Amino acid sequence: MTDTSLPQNAPRGSNSILATDARTKKRNAAEKRFRALGMGAIGIGLFFLIVLFTTIIRSGAPAFTRTVVDVQFTLTQAQYDEAEGTLFKTAAYADLFIAQLGEILAEQDVAADFDAESIERTLGKVGGTLREFYRANEDQLDQPVNFSLATSSRVDGYLKGRVTLEGIEDSRFLMASDLDLVDELQAAGVIKSEFNWPFITGADSGVDNPGGAGIGASVVGSFFMMLVVLALALPIGVAASIYLEEFAVQNRFTDLIEVNISNLAAVPSIVFGILGLAVFIQFAGLPQSAPLVGGLVLTLMTLPTIIISTRAALKAVPPSIREAALGVGASKMQTVFHHVLPLAMPGILTGTIIGLAQALGETAPLLLIGMVGFVARGYPDGFLTGFTEANSAMPAQIYTWAARADAAFYDKAWGGIIILLIFLMFMNILAVILRRRFERRW
Amino acid sequence: MMKDNADERIGVDAMDIKFAAKDVQVYYADNHAIKDVSVDILDKTVTAFIGPSGCGKSTFLRSLNRMNDTIPICRVEGDIRLDGQDINAPEVDPVQLRAKVGMVFQKPNPFPKSIYDNVAYGPRIHGLARGKAELDEIVEKSLRRAAIWDEVKDRLDAAGTGLSGGQQQRLCIARAVATEPEVLLMDEPCSALDPIATAQVEELIDELRQSYSVIIVTHSMQQAARVSQKTAFFHLGNLVEYGDTTDIFTNPRDTRTESYITGRIG
Ligand SMILES: Nc1ncnc2c1ncn2[C@@H]1O[C@H](COP(=O)(O)OP(=O)(O)OP(=O)(O)O)[C@@H](O)[C@H]1O
Ligand SMILES: [Mg+2]
Repeated sequence: MTDTSLPQNAPRGSNSILATDARTKKRNAAEKRFRALGMGAIGIGLFFLIVLFTTIIRSGAPAFTRTVVDVQFTLTQAQYDEAEGTLFKTAAYADLFIAQLGEILAEQDVAADFDAESIERTLGKVGGTLREFYRANEDQLDQPVNFSLATSSRVDGYLKGRVTLEGIEDSRFLMASDLDLVDELQAAGVIKSEFNWPFITGADSGVDNPGGAGIGASVVGSFFMMLVVLALALPIGVAASIYLEEFAVQNRFTDLIEVNISNLAAVPSIVFGILGLAVFIQFAGLPQSAPLVGGLVLTLMTLPTIIISTRAALKAVPPSIREAALGVGASKMQTVFHHVLPLAMPGILTGTIIGLAQALGETAPLLLIGMVGFVARGYPDGFLTGFTEANSAMPAQIYTWAARADAAFYDKAWGGIIILLIFLMFMNILAVILRRRFERRW
Repeated sequence: MMKDNADERIGVDAMDIKFAAKDVQVYYADNHAIKDVSVDILDKTVTAFIGPSGCGKSTFLRSLNRMNDTIPICRVEGDIRLDGQDINAPEVDPVQLRAKVGMVFQKPNPFPKSIYDNVAYGPRIHGLARGKAELDEIVEKSLRRAAIWDEVKDRLDAAGTGLSGGQQQRLCIARAVATEPEVLLMDEPCSALDPIATAQVEELIDELRQSYSVIIVTHSMQQAARVSQKTAFFHLGNLVEYGDTTDIFTNPRDTRTESYITGRIG
């Protein structure tokens, strides 16, 4: 039975290219089904992505705004001298502030009743803030100055809906009556919400001051760690891959190395953490909680990723290119560096950036080397101390916040996740751009 | 014309052996691809390798500049001498050998770089040019010799990989001659070329013969007859017959050679 017998049995129309025959129909249907399946898979993926992002943004957004009380305050020279003459200087400033705030509220026809304690619970130690300002800027005396005073995190939470009147118990942090004061301040229009720069630029605060906590210091910590990873993992990884792929003879030993590198890629990151603790801190005596150690541990973790992707990129370079170079008398090294490596570059860079992104989000190994759970109080003094001074890293900071009792830290954790994701997104975009750039060359 | 060439060779360079191969065996793992091949390739001569597909022409050609070293499963045995020196001796650097023995591959393989850089690469790494002007000169001369200059002179910065198949092949020829090798191995250099370009490449081969030794693998009997003075016929890994091209084509001694050139096998 051959194809030539078909036209005789089948109707003439089936021979025309204008009519689709049964086989083609079946194949087209299969193709359609497969397309639908693929689109469905992408749809599901997108759905979860959207759910993920909306949740993150909804939960994280509060961390990016803070509530401040805007007050115009004037201090005369006489008041200044008098306040500086008293025993409880900050209390004197606080009293002056309360008096002027009362006037402002009265002007707006808002009847308010508050004392120094309720002001301290809602706005923190106002007297200290004012005194510090005027001692530093005596030229600002006798003229109105605008003060933006950050409210306490509970007041902030009240205005963001996290804290409710029914839900609070009177404590030294917040009383129900303070919320009335907040309502009155709001009625007078002195309370407003603004972008929370201190969250982006600041350092972590103690457990009792969630409002002041910022992610800036740990961003710096992460940055120094990434520097270490980039400086070590990229050259070592690429050199190892080039050697294995282009120079090493294929034998049992190189096979063993290959298997082991693949195995390393699958080792849980916490194992690298405990290795780092034992080797870098306990044995080598490097400082705890230092970005240097974190970077070393993450280098160990990132190396297999970089090696595997670099080797794949080198393998993908057609052998004819190597032959061409060798054929005109190039040495092996010239062949690799002049021809093979440039062609493999997009793959290498993509692998490296994916490895770095992975390292940036890694938390578990940092737990073990002490980058979690302590308060990073500020920025390092200089570039070099940035590597050795105790610091936190973004994911570690998020973990620390999430573990704290105060619900205000919970917002901060979500906010930190947004910042982390923004960094990761930038890195991925960079990977795409670099790949395009290097691929476009020919 | 063929006869002229033969006479000239016999009169001038008969004893001038460039490559001396003796009992060469090549294995790809267990596949015995070249069996007991012994052949003397003369200097200032064009030698054609002919034979059916898969008979080992490329394999033997590649063992002359140790390109087979790059194939891990490939093993070369026997004695191959270039100007009397064993090319497989441990102290021989294959890189140096390949600078002397250039190669044009069966499949065109330009670098994914500009046309200029493709040709200039060899002279650059061997330090053949003292400056940009000299390098420009080498590039132009090589492209002219490969009969491609007129087509690419206005776009030397364009990608070599963007040329047509035949142009790429000629670019590879230009790249190979740019390093001024003593021996040029050409593996089917004209398989993708039109008759005009083929004629130009053959002209180049004839010109190269003045100073170099050229070995050309070809599937075209006419081409072998046109350009070569010596012809080697391979069959199933054996060198069946080797001799003056005129003799091989007019008076083959082996029946396999005869059937091949008359089109009965292969
Ligand atoms: N890289 C390789 N690995 C394994 N076997 C190979 C390889 N290259 C060639 N061979 C084998 O060696 C034998 C000779 O191949 P070769 O390429 O030398 O033939 P050829 O005469 O050049 O053929 P063609 O005219 O088709 O180019 C063939 O049997 C082929 O299968
Ligand atoms: Mg071949």
